[in-house]
Amino acid sequence: MSETVTGFAYLAAAICFIMALRGLSSPDSARTGIVLGVLGMVIAILTTVFEPTIVSFDLIVIGVIVGGAIGTIVALKIKMTALPELVAAFHSLVGLAAVFVAIAAFFFPEAYGIGVLGNIEGASLIEMSLGAAIGAITFSGSLIAFGKLQGTLGGSPLVFSGQHALNAVLSIILVASIIWLVQTNYELAFWIIIGISIVLGFLIILPIGGADMPVVVSMLNSYSGWAACGIGFTLSNTALIVTGALVGSSGAILSYIMCKGMNRSIFNVLLGGFGGEVDGPTAVAGGGIDKAIKSGSGEDAAFIMKNASKVIIVPGYGMAVAQAQHALREMCDLLKGAGVEVAYAIHPVAGRMPGHMNVLLAEANVPYEEVFELEEINTEFSTADVAFVIGANDVTNPAAKTDPSSAIYGMPILEVENAGTVLFIKRSMASGYAGVDNKLFFRDNTMMLFADAKAMTESIVQALD
Amino acid sequence: MTIDNQTTNLVDQTSTGDPFIFMFTIFVLAVFIGFYVVWSVTPALHSPLMSVTNAVSSVIIVGALIAAGPADLNFSKIMGFIAVVLASINIFGGFIVTNRMLAMFKKKPKKSGTNK
Repeated sequence: MSETVTGFAYLAAAICFIMALRGLSSPDSARTGIVLGVLGMVIAILTTVFEPTIVSFDLIVIGVIVGGAIGTIVALKIKMTALPELVAAFHSLVGLAAVFVAIAAFFFPEAYGIGVLGNIEGASLIEMSLGAAIGAITFSGSLIAFGKLQGTLGGSPLVFSGQHALNAVLSIILVASIIWLVQTNYELAFWIIIGISIVLGFLIILPIGGADMPVVVSMLNSYSGWAACGIGFTLSNTALIVTGALVGSSGAILSYIMCKGMNRSIFNVLLGGFGGEVDGPTAVAGGGIDKAIKSGSGEDAAFIMKNASKVIIVPGYGMAVAQAQHALREMCDLLKGAGVEVAYAIHPVAGRMPGHMNVLLAEANVPYEEVFELEEINTEFSTADVAFVIGANDVTNPAAKTDPSSAIYGMPILEVENAGTVLFIKRSMASGYAGVDNKLFFRDNTMMLFADAKAMTESIVQALD
Repeated sequence: MTIDNQTTNLVDQTSTGDPFIFMFTIFVLAVFIGFYVVWSVTPALHSPLMSVTNAVSSVIIVGALIAAGPADLNFSKIMGFIAVVLASINIFGGFIVTNRMLAMFKKKPKKSGTNK
């Protein structure tokens, strides 16, 4: 294939990828977008395979078949509730693939046209080591995120003294090793870069708590893009550069949106430690437990909602854990059958990844026209008779607006307190992730429904029937 | 590969400059495109956005193919092979799982009030 044709083919692939993301602007065009994404990938792979330097296809075919089979089986078998873990695991694979490509390029630079072993161009070495370093951080960081999301590691942040100093020292060694590599082409420097980056990835993500995972997953998404970019520069491959830049900025925007949803800066999230034992607010909260609360049963909740004219559902991570989305939709169908208007309100950081709640509700066949974002629905709580909070807590806490000493002060919240009655499904009185007491629990118009989200919703469904 | 050969030639002559600026320009413009395209993505589809970006970033398989393609079996070829496997898991897994998610967002005719 002539060089011009190859160049155009990579351009076509890049355009396909841009259109694939563009398609996601609405659910209707999204599936066309995916088709274009697949097309772009096929174009990119075929174009490369027809390169004259590629003469042996056995390993390539085996690799694609083995990898494709694993990917297909995993993607078809995975439960939708395990989606955040799956995405984290996939990110780690992209990172690791970038590391392996960088290693291959370092030991066989002739294939990539960037010099000979032991004498690689300085610019290529920088690009290559950036790709490898970011890839390695993505790999190990995503592994930790995966462990935290899956629960094997426990969601609580792991903080030890001297953590930031250690990270700083490691980063300095990393930069020094890159300079060393560029000047000497030493193999050892290359391995040190990869080793330190892997350790850094672990250390960066370990101190971040479970509920900050939406930010972490978005950030790692972004890293995997930058890693691809680094490799793209090494290969002088425009398709790879464009795609890496798209993915990198996409992840960065998602991280920004998630941070804004919590009113925290990305640095605040990265420095970690949030959501363990928060000092001030918890101490105050301790005294609050004695206050009177009103708890009710499924029948009570069913009675209140049946007599309402408008109910707004606020789902949170608790719904995902209990897998209550199907029961919830059943409940809403019954309510709608009884003439009650039902809408869903989604906080940007509800769940463990961006858009987590939307996917779970879609899985339960909730029409997406009934699902609203925070800005769209927040004013409507005042016209709603019931706010039904299922497995969410901090995102409804009015302390975010009223109490400047609160850990969550300034976070945009869903204003459920404006609704006529607030129903909270919770397993216990325990405070939310942020360790902040929610004074909504003690209000007269609040009824607590203490149970597993799914069990409670099912009992409401029975009572409605 | 067009740019590749050009790059090598130019890098041989000058060791800095043009080809990098050329690629860097593409990179910066792509970041801008990414910025505007991603802001137009509806928040409801942020999960599929993540999984599809994950799938397309596996275009890194291009680099893996180059390493796995030469005739002689050496260390780099093995590295390339592993990278092909990893990237393939992502490509297939990423697109399929995105498709599964989007399938759930299809319009539900009987429940949505419209006639379609």
